[in-house]
Amino acid sequence: MSEAWSSAERESAVTDFDEYGAYESLAHSLETDDHRWAFGTGFDDPLAGIDTAVPDGVDAAALAACCLGLGDDALIYSHRLQQWVTRAPELEEETALANIALDLLGQARLLLTRAAQAEGAGRDEDQLAFFRDEREFRNVRLVERADADFAELTARLLIFSAWRLAVFQSLTRTSKDPVLAAIAAKAVKELTYHRDYAAGWVIRLGDGTDFSRAKTQAALETIWPLVGELDLGEEVTGVIDAVIARATLTRPAAAPLGLVAGKSGRDGTHTEAMGYILAELQSVARAHPGARW
Amino acid sequence: MVSAWETAGTVRDPELPMLTIADLGILRAVREDGDTVTVTITPTYSGCPAMREIAADLRQRLEQAGYRHVDIATELSPPWTSDWITAEGRRKLQAAGIAPPAASDSRVTSGPVPLALTRAPVAPVSCPRCGSAEVRETARFSGTACKALYACRACLEPFEHVKEF
Repeated sequence: MSEAWSSAERESAVTDFDEYGAYESLAHSLETDDHRWAFGTGFDDPLAGIDTAVPDGVDAAALAACCLGLGDDALIYSHRLQQWVTRAPELEEETALANIALDLLGQARLLLTRAAQAEGAGRDEDQLAFFRDEREFRNVRLVERADADFAELTARLLIFSAWRLAVFQSLTRTSKDPVLAAIAAKAVKELTYHRDYAAGWVIRLGDGTDFSRAKTQAALETIWPLVGELDLGEEVTGVIDAVIARATLTRPAAAPLGLVAGKSGRDGTHTEAMGYILAELQSVARAHPGARW
Repeated sequence: MVSAWETAGTVRDPELPMLTIADLGILRAVREDGDTVTVTITPTYSGCPAMREIAADLRQRLEQAGYRHVDIATELSPPWTSDWITAEGRRKLQAAGIAPPAASDSRVTSGPVPLALTRAPVAPVSCPRCGSAEVRETARFSGTACKALYACRACLEPFEHVKEF
């Protein structure tokens, strides 16, 4: 059909479609030198215009380490959630998971950018995401696993988002760095939705059929050893216990996954899943460094 | 003469194109200094993929309006809230069949965020087509980060709702 269109007809169709001008502006910007990174968003500084000096009294190295750990958690877990796209059981769940992954990717970009600024070595978010090796990543090991099924997805998302929500809620009050506090305040709103979503599913599956209940209990048992690495505290433990109880499930008693030579994810020691994630995440950037489109 | 704020305020959100960035409350400040203009915008969500398109559109329109230097700055604090969507923005959403958000106050807290273990909607929503309050949430996420999916029990139409945030 489209081959039969004259160029004037095609132009008119495009104009009608673009009555609001958003695509016109995109087309215009592509004609300029303002190219997009092949593997980034092209919006190359998510903290543009923000006062990014590290304030007096803030330990820059500690700030960089904090932002790097929380940024890596979000980057790697976002990648795992993205792998559910085209595989989720229903379109609504796929949309939800893609939205949650997008929120986490946004948090990762802001946090890695802040980590790079605090580090002061001239790196940026893309160099941190695409050009670090496995041992330089500081994410907790909980985020690395590939979900075996939807029950594992919901159980892990519950624990991750309940923990992250509490960490960020605390940072909004306690961070001496105003940029990190601002990133945390935005993230709190997002994570509240993520936690509600995951809690809703854990309860629906746990308090569902015998089959879904068994799968969800098995999912908790599987991921529980990885929970030991998180400092859950009373609040998060209370939230997770409340959901587990409402879901008629049992909190696992499994021992935490051991450290390797005294090291865990925050020290750069990861599970065997991590290398595969990084291969997928970094291969294009490394094959074509600096590529633009 | 059209002010820089008015020019910047004509830029539309690529994902909710019935709204301008002023309607949506993401246009925070416009400062003019001779032929330089600095526009401050804030993302709705951390991962908002429209920031680049909005920045490019702002730059283009302000350059066409005669400003030689256009700086686009980001602001994260205070974080965007759906309460910043203007009355005009809410009217446009409603007219486009999207239920506007209610007040978001209930979701802001300084202590631990309470866990909501119900499927009940976060805030009252009514059908933008028939006005019925008999609606149900079908999914808390939708085609963009800022919306949820609903269906009306009265007229049976599905619709989107901009979430309280």
